[in-house]
Amino acid sequence: MANFEPKIVGFLCNWCTYAGADLAGTSRMQYPPNIRPIRVMCSGSVDSAYVLRALLEGADGVFIGGCHPGDCHYVSGNYKERRRITVLKSILKTLGLDDNRVWIRWVSASEGKRYADTISEMTSHLKKLGPNPISKYWSL
Amino acid sequence: MSRIGVFVCHCGLNIAGTVDVEKAARLMSNYPGVIYASDYVYMCSDPGQDMIKEVVKEKKLDGIVVAACSPTMHEITFRNTVASIGLNPYRCEIANIREQCSWVHQDNKEIATEKAVQIIEATVEKLKLDKSLVPLSIPITKKALVIGGGIAGIQASLDIADSGYEVVLVEKNQSIGGHMLQLSETFPTLDCPQCIATPRMVQVGQHPKIKLLAYSEVEEVSGYVGNFKVKIRRKVSFVDWDKCTGCGLCIEKCPVKVLSEFDEFLAKRKAIYTLFPQAVPNKPVIDSNNCLYFTKGKCRACEKNCSVKAINFEQKDSFIEEDVGAIIVATGYDLMDKAEIGEYGYGKYEDVIDGLQAERVLAPAGPTNGIPYRPSDGKIPKEVVFIQCVGSRDPEHYYPYCSKVCCMYTIKQAMLYKHAVPDGQAYVFYMDIRCNGKGYEEFLQRGIEEDRILYIRGRVSKVFKDGDKIEVWGADTLTGRKIEISADMVVLAMAMVPSQGVKKLAEKLRLATDEYGFLTEAHPKLRPVESLTAGCFLAGAAQAPKDIPEAVAQASGAASKVLSLFSQDVFYHEPIIGSVDEEVCVGCGNCVNICAYDAVELDLVTKVAKVNPALCEGCGACSAACPSGAMQQNNFGKRQIFEMVDAFTKG
Repeated sequence: MANFEPKIVGFLCNWCTYAGADLAGTSRMQYPPNIRPIRVMCSGSVDSAYVLRALLEGADGVFIGGCHPGDCHYVSGNYKERRRITVLKSILKTLGLDDNRVWIRWVSASEGKRYADTISEMTSHLKKLGPNPISKYWSL
Repeated sequence: MSRIGVFVCHCGLNIAGTVDVEKAARLMSNYPGVIYASDYVYMCSDPGQDMIKEVVKEKKLDGIVVAACSPTMHEITFRNTVASIGLNPYRCEIANIREQCSWVHQDNKEIATEKAVQIIEATVEKLKLDKSLVPLSIPITKKALVIGGGIAGIQASLDIADSGYEVVLVEKNQSIGGHMLQLSETFPTLDCPQCIATPRMVQVGQHPKIKLLAYSEVEEVSGYVGNFKVKIRRKVSFVDWDKCTGCGLCIEKCPVKVLSEFDEFLAKRKAIYTLFPQAVPNKPVIDSNNCLYFTKGKCRACEKNCSVKAINFEQKDSFIEEDVGAIIVATGYDLMDKAEIGEYGYGKYEDVIDGLQAERVLAPAGPTNGIPYRPSDGKIPKEVVFIQCVGSRDPEHYYPYCSKVCCMYTIKQAMLYKHAVPDGQAYVFYMDIRCNGKGYEEFLQRGIEEDRILYIRGRVSKVFKDGDKIEVWGADTLTGRKIEISADMVVLAMAMVPSQGVKKLAEKLRLATDEYGFLTEAHPKLRPVESLTAGCFLAGAAQAPKDIPEAVAQASGAASKVLSLFSQDVFYHEPIIGSVDEEVCVGCGNCVNICAYDAVELDLVTKVAKVNPALCEGCGACSAACPSGAMQQNNFGKRQIFEMVDAFTKG
């Protein structure tokens, strides 16, 4: 367990969080390599099925990054996603998953540091939680 | 099977210093679907791009992944590269292994390489399912609608019309001009607004390309960018404007006098009236709420005296329809409702007036021809108190925003007052003085130094009547002293709010508004004159409080956006939009409800969702809301995301 490196699938909105992640890179901020980023146009396009797919396929955590409230490039996609994830989290519990494996956070294009900090924080949080138990059941 | 090429960029040492690019290329060359992979020092350089072109042609590739910097940097470069040799640009994807890999994991080369390979693999999986897309081309009606005939609407109309395109200008009042025509003089030059605005108004009235629809309102809007259909209500004026010569005899003969809205209820007008002498169009309307014929069934003095028989008491609202390609919304502002203000005796004492009333009191063309007077008894006031930030910058009670123009117009009003009453005293209670425009700070200094306006930093605690004086109690926070002034008149610099009815109009146009009703721009910094609805642009104080130069600048900006739209015969639109599998769609309507742009509707005949490609902005919210997977976003399909997730989670 000491060497456990969690696998995080990230869905980053094109306009804010993806650009924030780019800025973290441009500023050479170092963060754990555990996140695997997928660029989507809007956090509001992240289907619950994507999150479930990632968890069922063995991801230890799923990160969704969107624009700050009021800043969504598409008016209200981030609010839509926030609601969707709130509902999804209640279902995760019934699957025996800690709902804290799914993080939705607002990171703007100017917040490279916030992105790096959030990914570091999420990685260490997941290290404490341990591996996603579903991947084990799945392989039975 | 796909024929994909992978090109791994070193970016000098930016990538190659951390990621083992040769290893990545080697691993990728064995990946299913990839038939060629190589690395090169700078892919974006001409030799790099030439190499890509050569390989695509030679290996007959049907898609490429460039593993390099962020797609925001060079996606367009490489898409153009492949397009130049006939490969669909949407069959080129970027794997971001610099900003989101090599630069952020510099201390662990092995892990960085492993991550880079996974990022490339996931991108290859996405590319396998990418459709060859073609930008949508939408025909454009080269005619603009401008809503609101204030200075912003006038400027936008003239800019577009002078460029040779037709403009329909809709104004709710019987004359264009807006609030600017009510003003006394304008800061910081003290130009008379009539002198500078009326030539523009006349130009609008006479312009062969401008169809001026005064006393009209937008009733319905349908369609989308390039192809709007607008229904306009021409409000009943009871005067046949085609016949009316504007002689004014009807106004002279009308026996009814009511308070004038244009003079901010400080003077009277007739029941048949024009707004002001320089009105464009200079045609009167009958106010049926006050006209004797409508209220008591008699009089008809106007009708009897009209030599061209233009009065028509039977007239009804009429409607016209216009096809336009772009819409500029310049509906302006109002001052906050005085019923909202509980403090400062506004609405209770006649001599407590608001900023626009003060303009009329001081206007050379106002009720007293520029001689300041107090409304209660007509006396010339000797002590005038100006209170700033009434309703503005007051998040607890009214509005948190700064109304932006009040600091400046207060200086101007105090200055004009002092010019008219040299032995009078003007006091200004302020929180901060904001003079952030060209010549503005100098204007303030002139007011303080030459005109001896007395600025007191602090709020007013109490305003009450004592005899014929208005007592103003406040604090000077710089000296810590209590201030008591026996004033003859008090002027409140009230908050600017969006003009009445803009909310309804915004709904018709599907425009977003902020919590105060100001129209929301597409981006606060980079797209300040566009709205989120394609083809709709914003100008003037409808978007946020603004002064005249800013409103005019924004209007010209909006006009230039319209002109750039009109400069093409068709409008190209990004094809990354929602698309429906009609065989799968059950017509639940989730996508219709979730769309922020009203771009999806249920087809009346087939009962399945239909995307209007011109309105769709490509956010993908509909796809996430679709329970059956019928609605998917082009090249961000669910299968594509699943494949990417799988590529990232395998092993």
